Amino acid sequence: MAANATSTSPAIGVAATLDWPEILKTAVFAAAITFLLAISIVGVETQSGPGGLTLSTRFPEVAIAVVGVFFGSMALSLIRGGYPVPAMIGAGLVTGVLLVVLVLEAENPSLKYLLPFQAVVIDWGAVIIPAIICVRAAQVAWRARRQATGAGDTAIGIQIGGLARRLMPWVGLIMVVVAIALPWLPFGSSQRKIIDICTLVLTYIMLGWGLNIVVGLAGLLDLGYVAFYAVGAYSYAMLGANFGWSFWICLPLAGIFAASFGVLLGFPVLRLRGDYLAIVTLGFGEMVRIILINWWWVTGGPNGINKVARPSFFGFTFERTAPEGHRTVYDLFSSVFGQEFTYNPYWRVVFLYYLILACALVTNVFTLRVRRMPLGRAWEALREDETACRALGINPTNTKLTAFAVGAMFAGFAGSFFGARQGFVSPESFVFIESAVILAIVVLGGLGSQVGIVLAAIVLIGLPELFRELKDYRMLAFGMGMVLIMIWRPGGLLAHRDPTIRLPKDPAKPKSPA
Amino acid sequence: MSMAAPQPQTAVDPLLRVEHLSMRFGGLVAIDDVSFEAPQNQITAIIGPNGAGKTTVFNCLTGFYKPTIGRLTLNAPHGRFLLEQIDGFRIAQRARVARTFQNIRLFAGMSVLENLIVAQHNKLMRASGMTLGGLFGFGGYREAERQAVELARDWLDRTALTAHADAPAGSLPYGGQRRLEIARAMCIDPVLLCLDEPAAGLNARESHELNELLLRIRDEHKIGVLLIEHDMSVVMGISDHIVVLDYGRKIADGAPAAIRQDANVIRAYLGEPEHEDLPSAVAADIEKRGG
Amino acid sequence: MEYFLQQLINGLTLGAVYGLIAIGYTMVYGIVGMINFAHGDIYMIGAFNALICFLVLGVAGITWVPLALLIVLIVSVVLTSVYGWSVERIAYRPLRGQSRLAPLISAIGMSIFLQNYVLLLHGARGKPLRAPISGGFTLMEHDGFTVQLSFVQMGIIGITVLLMLGFTYVITQTKLGRQQRACEQDMKMASLLGVDINRTISVTFVLGAGLAAVAGMMVTMYYGVIDFYIGFVAGIKAFTAAVLGGIGSLPGAMLGGLLIGLIEVFWSGYFTVEYKDVAAFSVLVLVLIFRPTGLLGRPEVEKV
Repeated sequence: MAANATSTSPAIGVAATLDWPEILKTAVFAAAITFLLAISIVGVETQSGPGGLTLSTRFPEVAIAVVGVFFGSMALSLIRGGYPVPAMIGAGLVTGVLLVVLVLEAENPSLKYLLPFQAVVIDWGAVIIPAIICVRAAQVAWRARRQATGAGDTAIGIQIGGLARRLMPWVGLIMVVVAIALPWLPFGSSQRKIIDICTLVLTYIMLGWGLNIVVGLAGLLDLGYVAFYAVGAYSYAMLGANFGWSFWICLPLAGIFAASFGVLLGFPVLRLRGDYLAIVTLGFGEMVRIILINWWWVTGGPNGINKVARPSFFGFTFERTAPEGHRTVYDLFSSVFGQEFTYNPYWRVVFLYYLILACALVTNVFTLRVRRMPLGRAWEALREDETACRALGINPTNTKLTAFAVGAMFAGFAGSFFGARQGFVSPESFVFIESAVILAIVVLGGLGSQVGIVLAAIVLIGLPELFRELKDYRMLAFGMGMVLIMIWRPGGLLAHRDPTIRLPKDPAKPKSPA
Repeated sequence: MSMAAPQPQTAVDPLLRVEHLSMRFGGLVAIDDVSFEAPQNQITAIIGPNGAGKTTVFNCLTGFYKPTIGRLTLNAPHGRFLLEQIDGFRIAQRARVARTFQNIRLFAGMSVLENLIVAQHNKLMRASGMTLGGLFGFGGYREAERQAVELARDWLDRTALTAHADAPAGSLPYGGQRRLEIARAMCIDPVLLCLDEPAAGLNARESHELNELLLRIRDEHKIGVLLIEHDMSVVMGISDHIVVLDYGRKIADGAPAAIRQDANVIRAYLGEPEHEDLPSAVAADIEKRGG
Repeated sequence: MEYFLQQLINGLTLGAVYGLIAIGYTMVYGIVGMINFAHGDIYMIGAFNALICFLVLGVAGITWVPLALLIVLIVSVVLTSVYGWSVERIAYRPLRGQSRLAPLISAIGMSIFLQNYVLLLHGARGKPLRAPISGGFTLMEHDGFTVQLSFVQMGIIGITVLLMLGFTYVITQTKLGRQQRACEQDMKMASLLGVDINRTISVTFVLGAGLAAVAGMMVTMYYGVIDFYIGFVAGIKAFTAAVLGGIGSLPGAMLGGLLIGLIEVFWSGYFTVEYKDVAAFSVLVLVLIFRPTGLLGRPEVEKV
């Protein structure tokens, strides 16, 4: 394969002679591959018409992609070959020109013909690629210069890493403070939208923290986590609808149901090897969804359950007027603070936000504490080596089962919150892709890293939500983002693990340990 | 290495009695009617050429395999156990038989200290009230954990790993990993310690230190040690009693000096007399290292 | 009886398709030990390539059916194989040697990407195709109920049998097959003995994608409508089939595919259509609990 012929790079900074035929061969190969990839799926468009499918062509796009890949491959070869500067200049020029045209085009649509693709979003995507090449080339060039002048940059890297590690506990604290202050920060008209997005992100953070117990700590690959989320949401919705129980009674019940469900499903399958467990949990997830759709006389079928009771502030409703025998939260606050409060829909938003923040923090505190318990350590030991665990007298089945059940319980809590926030539940909220997204958050965050999960949830959920205008392209970028982040940091964003216990200084021996 | 081994005590019931142990995998007979005893307070070595079934014996003893036939009786101070009837992890949990592995199995991503704390899982689990008490801060979990750390510190000191206590176990050098695995096995407070080739891959100095460690374990903890080993300097230097397996059968059983002279053993290790050219050098080597 | 026979034919047809996709899963799992989650979407890409090729041939005026079928087969296999190759090159090769989870996440990302890529380029609506071949044999007619074996079904079963024979030959008799089996056993050792690992793995992905393309083409002709989402469900079922048959085993994948196809069709035929997937998954769970290595998988003796 020609493409990996260039992967053996000479020492950077050494002016190597470039193997032009090889570079050209690689570029032509890459361009040919691009051509074959694009020619039918991109080059021919199928449109549903009244008389069946009609075809139209998109050959200019194919041509641009092929040419772009050709030069991109050359640029990469140059960087690998020790000549990052020309690549940097070339890629920089392309980026600059595209950017200028894109910006001008916003004012003056007649310039559209200068853009490579018809969809502006794709054009922006097309800017990113030369920009990345340019940055990469600059980085390589800079490193080469530093090496030439004798200053290694690895030391700086280690210093930054060490600093980040020492700051980590503070980062967590600052995040909590910011999260608490968030509803009171002046965002103007977009405030409600921001709080909504943050509520969503926090839901995923909580789910991520819950799944982290199963995947990150116990090392059990669960691809059907969303099933427990669904069980939580439906238990809350059904208990609330059928018995009229309040959110505060249903929340723990939903957690207990989800946990029992986890035990029930987990018991037969937890002795399976990792990948088999993954596929079986995936199957369970799908089965739960299918049952939710088809067991319509209980679950409401594809339409789900509407009119799920909204949570109250410990019995005080957020509605404009309270039902018979109840009071609104505005009355309560008015009487407590001696100041007149009237109906304000933002209150419910803020309340839900704090509710999920509290739930998520409980999950986090639980995880942090349980990691220092024998149970948590047994989970991690099981992840590292199950055979050794058995030789130490640890019951693998029970230990796995607790991890599965606890993870499921937190998904159940999150699910009942989800139902309460939405006001309705339906099976389409619990598709496989949700499980995949939650798993992606856990793995991208760096298995077992609590702060990493927060970062990953913000990147994977928050950013796409902010750019909702890109709606169709969102999932495309999401998928590619997962691949790229994994390649960039296979261990996740924050892969560092701190021991759960450190050896205290021996009081008997005053001399400090080496 | 000529440390005086305590005289074999002729106790009524030895710590471990293996009777008529056989293990078959399909048609393959890995162990065929093997019986031996491992007394308390002694190091019993199991030796034999590769594929003789030594590790299989360990796997039967520690619950990884269910023996096809046989009785494995453990007369521990805390009770009498029929190991072949206890499944898997419960052998370590209840009968307190600990083991190490031929290809080291540490919790590589966890710290050295954590490895030793995990080994005390069952004790700590009770102290933490099956986690719930510990989670909410009730009960004597804090104190139990402190004691666990002290026990771990004791073993870290003995295995010269104290300086690496907070480092990931996987980052230790090879010899350190071997010692950590032994320390971890000792942390479950065993009555019988089964070591599967603990000296494999160690250099002469490390192997000598290992001998010292094992003798100390035998003498200070009064437990039985069962040892699979190829390194004859270790086997001859420290074992009180040697069992020789070949092709799944026991071919000899006795004190090191007797084993060294045993015709069956020499044949198993060195082949039939007609091929004497090459093996004589090996025989001399065994003599030299053993003596 | 007639009903049973008809269901049997339908089940075998569906099973053949699942089997062809399952081979891609099983080969990749055997050689690199990962679940190639994007494989179902490669199959979907194969179906789209076949569809587009059919339509282009229609515009070009090539209407002689055997020639058209041959062209479509070749074009869609080649183009889809390139997708298989690229997915491995971009998303999996950089992650070789990493933890088991990293390539799995990357694969899930790739699967999401491919689905949305086709969604964006071709829209969400189902794409209908007028059947290029129609008709078939009427095997039996009884009380107004006919048992039909359509030409498409015959083609699907026939091609699948041929491909299976060809594949068995490739794996057992050729140098490529030996290299694949060597990599499966011990990748490091194989590379020391001069097997080009990257090339062997790439070829594995290309072959898997080629088979998925054949499956995609057959499904396009059989059902006459495809959309961007068909890869997901078919992918899960095919993976189930691979596990059911014993992952890593080619005959196992085919057997698993046939069983899943039959279970699905018979369950729909005799019980409820809605729960056919639940039936398929339940069988998987039962098999894994009672025979964790699948039907034809090699039992694993735990080494400690």
